[in-house]
Amino acid sequence: MKFRAKIVDPACLNHFTRVSCMVAKLARACTLRIRPQKLNFILADTAAGGGVSMWCELPQENFFSEFQMEGVSEESNEIYVELTSENLFRALKTAQNARSLKVKLTNKHFPCLTVSVELSSASNSSRMVTHDIPVKVIPRKLWKNLQEPTVPDSDVSIYLPVLKTMKSVVEKMKNISNHLIIEANLNGDLNLKIESELVCVTTHFKDLGNPPLAPKASTQDRDPEQMVEVHVDIRKFLQFLAGQQVNPTKAVCNVVSHRMVHFDLLHEDVALQYFIPALS
Amino acid sequence: MKCLVAGGNVKVLGKAVHSLSRIGDELYLEPLEDGLSLRTVNSSRSAYACFLFSPLFFQLYQAATPGQDPPRCKILMKSFLSVFRSPVMLEKTVEKCCISINERSSRLVVQLHCKYGVRKTHNLSFQDCESLQAVFDPASCPHVLRAPAKVLGEAVLPFPPALAEVTLGIGRGRRVILRSYQDEEADSTVKAMVTEMSIGEEDFQQLQAQEGVAITFCLKEFRGLLSFAESANLSLSIHFDTPGRPAIFAISDCLLDGHFVLATLSDPPPNSQDLLSLEARRPAPQLQAHSTPHLDDFASDDIDSYMIAMETTVGSESSRTLPSTSLSPGLQPLCHSEEEEEDEAEAELSTVPGTPPAQEVPLPVLWLHPGPRTLPAAPQPRAG
Repeated sequence: MKFRAKIVDPACLNHFTRVSCMVAKLARACTLRIRPQKLNFILADTAAGGGVSMWCELPQENFFSEFQMEGVSEESNEIYVELTSENLFRALKTAQNARSLKVKLTNKHFPCLTVSVELSSASNSSRMVTHDIPVKVIPRKLWKNLQEPTVPDSDVSIYLPVLKTMKSVVEKMKNISNHLIIEANLNGDLNLKIESELVCVTTHFKDLGNPPLAPKASTQDRDPEQMVEVHVDIRKFLQFLAGQQVNPTKAVCNVVSHRMVHFDLLHEDVALQYFIPALS
Repeated sequence: MKCLVAGGNVKVLGKAVHSLSRIGDELYLEPLEDGLSLRTVNSSRSAYACFLFSPLFFQLYQAATPGQDPPRCKILMKSFLSVFRSPVMLEKTVEKCCISINERSSRLVVQLHCKYGVRKTHNLSFQDCESLQAVFDPASCPHVLRAPAKVLGEAVLPFPPALAEVTLGIGRGRRVILRSYQDEEADSTVKAMVTEMSIGEEDFQQLQAQEGVAITFCLKEFRGLLSFAESANLSLSIHFDTPGRPAIFAISDCLLDGHFVLATLSDPPPNSQDLLSLEARRPAPQLQAHSTPHLDDFASDDIDSYMIAMETTVGSESSRTLPSTSLSPGLQPLCHSEEEEEDEAEAELSTVPGTPPAQEVPLPVLWLHPGPRTLPAAPQPRAG
């Protein structure tokens, strides 16, 4: 099992740091899956995590100038390691304006993902920072829990408005209730709603558009105006919004009535899927 | 006593108080012949700091009322700090600062003369006290590092704010290495990220230490002095000896000097065989890998143990579940006997009146003694 990769381009480095920042905001600990072509940051759906799950995928060639890996075996050429996302972000943050950055798997008394950064300094001297991020190598029998989640058949699929706007709306709603109702229909309407004993607040987003998806049989003859709703924990939704530093090129919200909400985002070449379960 | 600080120096004084406040809860203020001294010591007596502002620093400096002994007062750090709380305010609105003692009410009076004729007066209660003095001598330390504070500030930047201690040493190729120190007794199941910074000799103005030497000290206090030194654009020198002996961090210019004396851990850092091994006789293979910037050491990593671990776990699929610890077969628990060092630390506890009952951190304490009240104030506070 071997892995080593190198980034030299400052734009790629910045982009990778942004991805790690987003991951750190969405998941405290995550699984890094390494394959010859792709990297994944995975948060599996567990009871401890409150049922939230995340699937982030990036093609390695858009980030790394060098990328070598050797998986567990030839037929399963993959590596799965678990790490604290904050550590990775912190390590990458020190690499701003670096000349180069190397990531590799090492064994220093315990398995580590080692991030070595060659810094550029004013005096043209060489400075190196090395971060040994402790990782847990995940054995093959547990891999099956870390596969790409299947996107559920949604009742409504809708494009999201500007995430920043949503964030500032939801931030204020959080002060009143921790229970958010997300409503959407096939007519491009999305409502964010909170209800308390004293007040009911709804923010309406209009003409968002619906992606042309093959609709389920049940939605075929449904009134496009009819709202489908899901109740979620407002903090989890806010956490998702807070993790999005840059507005994505594409953002779709899939609502499965009373079961879950699924967000499908594309940032340049980084795909992010995020699942929030409905409150019972 | 009367001191008048004007203009930009008010901010310098404020910054000094900020860095002192990282160490102790009480501030010892003593007007001496050669300037105003501000000193503090932490509750476990493992860190001591002093600033001496020369008379030239002040617009007016009068150590003592003629015919009287200069006062020595101990004040709460919190109350003194609150006067200088906001550096922005000090810079933008305060024109002058006057520190004096009101004999009648036994109050230390700090007056801030601000813009538009606003005058803020703080009356702080104080305690008469002995002179606080640490016994240390930079000249007796065999190892010296000196660099612009900016270099050292950038060097500690990658370390997490919560990190308690850092190891500083000289690695292969005379590179200066800073590495996060991990307490072995800390919960071993949750391993923290280890960060190492390696800086070339060329960034240092002075590097008088051989390869292999290293000390471990508290980062928080060091950051305190660094932020002062960075704002004043000074060089900082670090004088140190063997592990366990106090390290002296010094800054100086024509108007002031500052000394922070920090205890160092007396045991060599754990995992020392892969760090800057402290004894030169022990090879430091990984240090070499880390510290040589252009060496591509991907191939040299011992990844085979992963393979073994992986195969073991995969093999267990059909039989039994192995604990996850089997994933790190390369982990060797390290043992250090620390009893002797503890004894030594106990022995060094000095008997200063009002010494806090026990040390809080497992750091050896510093030698402190109260300056005799009858003697004239020592011209060099650091000379002891």
